[in-house]
Amino acid sequence: MAEAAAGLLRAEAVRKSFGDHEVLKGVSLDIAEGEVVCLIGASGSGKSTLLRCLNLLEQVDDGDIWFDDREITDPRVDADAVRRDIGIVFQAYNLFPHLSVEQNIVLGPVRSRGESRADARARAHTLLERVGLGDRAGAYPDALSGGQQQRVALVRAIAMQPRLLLLDEITSALDPMLVGDVLDVIRDLRADGMTIVMATHEMTFAREVSDRIVFMADGRIEESGPPEQIFTAPRSPRTAEFLARHLP
Amino acid sequence: MTEAGTPGVSARQLERDAYRRRRARTRAAVAVVSTVVVLGVLTAGVLLSPGWPRVRETYFNLGEARSVFPEVAKAFVLNIRLFLVAEVFILIVAIIVAIIRVVPSPALAPIKLLAVVYTDVFRGTPTILVVFLVGFGVPALGLAGLPTSLFWLGVIALTLSYGAYVAEVLRAGILSIHPTQWASGRALGLSYGKTLRLVVLPQAVRRVAPPLLNDFVSLQKDTALLSIIGLVEALRVAQVDSGRTFHFSSYIVAALFFIAATIPLARFTDYLTVRSLRRENGI
Ligand SMILES: Nc1ncnc2c1ncn2[C@@H]1O[C@H](COP(=O)(O)OP(=O)(O)OP(=O)(O)O)[C@@H](O)[C@H]1O
Ligand SMILES: [Mg+2]
Repeated sequence: MAEAAAGLLRAEAVRKSFGDHEVLKGVSLDIAEGEVVCLIGASGSGKSTLLRCLNLLEQVDDGDIWFDDREITDPRVDADAVRRDIGIVFQAYNLFPHLSVEQNIVLGPVRSRGESRADARARAHTLLERVGLGDRAGAYPDALSGGQQQRVALVRAIAMQPRLLLLDEITSALDPMLVGDVLDVIRDLRADGMTIVMATHEMTFAREVSDRIVFMADGRIEESGPPEQIFTAPRSPRTAEFLARHLP
Repeated sequence: MTEAGTPGVSARQLERDAYRRRRARTRAAVAVVSTVVVLGVLTAGVLLSPGWPRVRETYFNLGEARSVFPEVAKAFVLNIRLFLVAEVFILIVAIIVAIIRVVPSPALAPIKLLAVVYTDVFRGTPTILVVFLVGFGVPALGLAGLPTSLFWLGVIALTLSYGAYVAEVLRAGILSIHPTQWASGRALGLSYGKTLRLVVLPQAVRRVAPPLLNDFVSLQKDTALLSIIGLVEALRVAQVDSGRTFHFSSYIVAALFFIAATIPLARFTDYLTVRSLRRENGI
């Protein structure tokens, strides 16, 4: 099975409720190594919750999640170790304001992965250079623009050398002018072969960058397929209706 | 913003700058005059009061003050020592209690209950009562191993009372940190404890530094409460002197010592408040 689909992550019938409110009503999803998947759907459809379940920041109520052919929903699994392999970037408040850019980036590799500080710093500088922030290593997050902060947040996640990267609407709190730089970084990551699952409202970008679009509605996956098919010939009327409202 | 006086500034801007300078001068003049008037009236009121000559004689006798000064100064060293030692224990107790109260683990429920009872009881009890109860109650128990030195009884009393306050300040600070900060720490594979220690606590402590220091200013003064269990600190020495001479100048001397000791802390608190405000505004 492992070699057949080269599946990196598999979620099966995942359920999650907050109180009486069932947010995920049985979600199944397969992510292949190197694949870029975009999650789209109305606000409140459960995209963020699904991403948070995938790296165990939320505990599922039912269903299994497999990462690398290991069931990570098993309570005996070391969740910290799993999270070292599955990075996540949020919409805002990612960076630690009391630490400089460089300290933000090396914290995980040094304190969580146990790498040497010198190695972690060298990689931090290479990565910062790549996202055009080579000269801001000593700056504090509050002194950066929103777009720069999100690029640093991406670098911090990548510096952990994760096998899977989850991105939760990382451009939606940004000025339109600043979105482009962040999306460029994602294009770069894709070119490097990084496996990415991202929730986004940037439909044009989703269409361009993803191998597969997953449309969520009401805590379920309503439809999933290659971007061309989803955007030009959606099978579900709900998908069609959503896209009609959200395409430029 | 353009600087005033730089070449190439428009005439209208020059006019605006001149107006702002005039307005600032007027405001400063009003402030100075009103301060002088208020202080003048207060001083005159005191100096012209019928009892003033007697008050001056008993409270502000320079010769008397000079003669008790060395004694009070020597005793005040004990206040400083009490303050410094208690401060360390208070911080330790407060951090532990605050963490117990914020950790979401249900397994800790009994300990959490204990922490809640502790903060409720000791925040609600007047410090002077705690000093009485610890100072006279603990030795009365006669248990082996419990400290009997007045110094340590005093430290215990202040720690119990202030630990509850400071724990609540720290807890508020921890709760004010955005949940995404916790999630970001955990997402890097850091354990709950490491996320708390490396990510959340440093931010929380910075945020509550001004109210925290304010509590410590107050602690510095409350070391005087320990005079009631017989610790010979500055207030006690002043009291003894006044009982002997029927002068109150020794109290004024003691008061000056307390003021002098709290001023540096108070200024440091102001500095931190301004700095954190400035930082939140992204400078
Ligand atoms: N910690 C929580 N406690 C209670 N309810 C929550 C919590 N997190 C999410 N929810 C609820 O779950 C539902 C789905 O939220 P989620 O954030 O997953 O949606 P989303 O698809 O990411 O929406 P958006 O596009 O607005 O980000 C919402 O109704 C939300 O109110
Ligand atoms: Mg969301």
